[in-house]
Amino acid sequence: MPESRSLGSPSFASLAWRQYRLERKMFWRNPSSAFFNFALPLLFLALFGAIFSSNQKNLDVIVPGIAGMSVLSTTFSALAYNMTFMREQGILKRMRGTPMPSGAYLLGIAGNAITNTALQIVLITCAGKVFFGVDWPKDVGELLVFVVLGVLCFASLGVALSHVIPNYESASAYVNAIFLPVIIISGVFYDANHAPRFLNGIAQALPLVHLIDGLSGAMVKGTGLSDHLSGLGVIVAWTVMGMFLAVRGFSWEQRRS
Amino acid sequence: MSTEKAIEVRGLRKSYGDLEAVRAIDFSVRRGEIFGLLGPNGAGKTTTVEILEGYRDRSDGEVRVLGHDPQQRSRDLRERVGIVLQSTGIYRHVTVREVLAHFAGLYPHPRDVDEVMELTGLGGKEDARTRTLSGGQLRRLDFALALVGDPELIFLDEPTTGFDPAARRGAWDTVRSLKALGKTVVLTTHYLDEAQALADRVAIIKDGRILVEGAPSELGAGTGAAYYRVSWRNGDGLLNQRETDDPTRLLHELTSDALARGQVLESLSVTRPTLEDVYLQLTADA
Repeated sequence: MPESRSLGSPSFASLAWRQYRLERKMFWRNPSSAFFNFALPLLFLALFGAIFSSNQKNLDVIVPGIAGMSVLSTTFSALAYNMTFMREQGILKRMRGTPMPSGAYLLGIAGNAITNTALQIVLITCAGKVFFGVDWPKDVGELLVFVVLGVLCFASLGVALSHVIPNYESASAYVNAIFLPVIIISGVFYDANHAPRFLNGIAQALPLVHLIDGLSGAMVKGTGLSDHLSGLGVIVAWTVMGMFLAVRGFSWEQRRS
Repeated sequence: MSTEKAIEVRGLRKSYGDLEAVRAIDFSVRRGEIFGLLGPNGAGKTTTVEILEGYRDRSDGEVRVLGHDPQQRSRDLRERVGIVLQSTGIYRHVTVREVLAHFAGLYPHPRDVDEVMELTGLGGKEDARTRTLSGGQLRRLDFALALVGDPELIFLDEPTTGFDPAARRGAWDTVRSLKALGKTVVLTTHYLDEAQALADRVAIIKDGRILVEGAPSELGAGTGAAYYRVSWRNGDGLLNQRETDDPTRLLHELTSDALARGQVLESLSVTRPTLEDVYLQLTADA
């Protein structure tokens, strides 16, 4: 896309930043989105923490599990909803008629989602330490690598999914049909290795179980990145596919019919 | 290519599969004029305008908008064009002022946000969240968002749908003030009185072709629509109507005949066909 800027045009970075700030403002002003974003994972953590309160081994599973679920919900689910809504409302079409470069616009929107991911990971880590006796992360670098990769992977898959969702009314059906089975088989609430073999086989082909493994390694077990190479490979493969589908199917306009 | 022209279109075609939505149309829009694009639903108006706006790629032909090929979607062009789409949402959890300031920040030389709110009749609504606005107010916000970048060329797609009569007049004044500032306006509308009141020139599109193009008051000529219509009531109150290209002669015949017989021609009037007459005649299914 040619970006022949005339003199005095705002830079790409300043436009992305402007969009990001607007998205943050709108996020905080929409109480239900803010609530679901932060209360839900904390509620899950509190419930399962209470159930497993006597068993540190289970608590060590649930904290990185919920962290993985948070990455999924703040990026994959949030962007699938958001992009569908904005496409249907005509906001994408309106933005396309302005000088805002598409890349800067998407960066602003994705930045908003990623900020929520970061806030949740911090919240969950602190709650894990304070309430559930899970120690501070053993390997912060490894934690960062997995969060960043997980965000890229699930953000692109969320945008890609929005292309398939026909309208906003059906968005939650589409998102939950993926979100719920995936968190259940990927070991958010228990050690995925204890699941039946065929379910575990499916989970191993999907990215979330590897993200949770990685988070668990970084936060609890202290296993290094080199122990997670095949898992990283699966996540990267899904990211590449997600980005390809996200870009290829992108539509700024509501489908007619 | 002439710099006098804001838009030049030659041999423009657009097909969707087997359907030919636009079939080789030519027209141009001069700088500083208000150009109306009229036609029934499905005539190819919106397709044509969306090609000019850069939303769709053409199948064939040549298009220049402010010297650019809109398909290239150059940023320079988008900084100089303002678009009011038919029905588009806007961010819901921000105030009128915030969303206008956001859009102003996308352009190199935006207009003053307060001034734009005043111009579009949004004064007093600065701090209202957009989701609390009425349909008419949202439409004004559409206007304001299209004007805040101070564009040279403005596309208005059905700008006054849903307005009450007073609000429509207000919107018309806004459009006229754009013209006074030397802006070029491309207007698509279903309201023929709107085109007649605002447009310097109009083109009527049907089935993907331009049927006629010209100033609204002169469109009747050469289209088969008679140029003058003379009507009167005779003694028993019956309405008579005659169409002619030479009203001087017809009036002379009628009035001398009436005088000779000592009669009065009640409600005598000479009218030229309105844009609506021409439009209905041209677009009637043959």
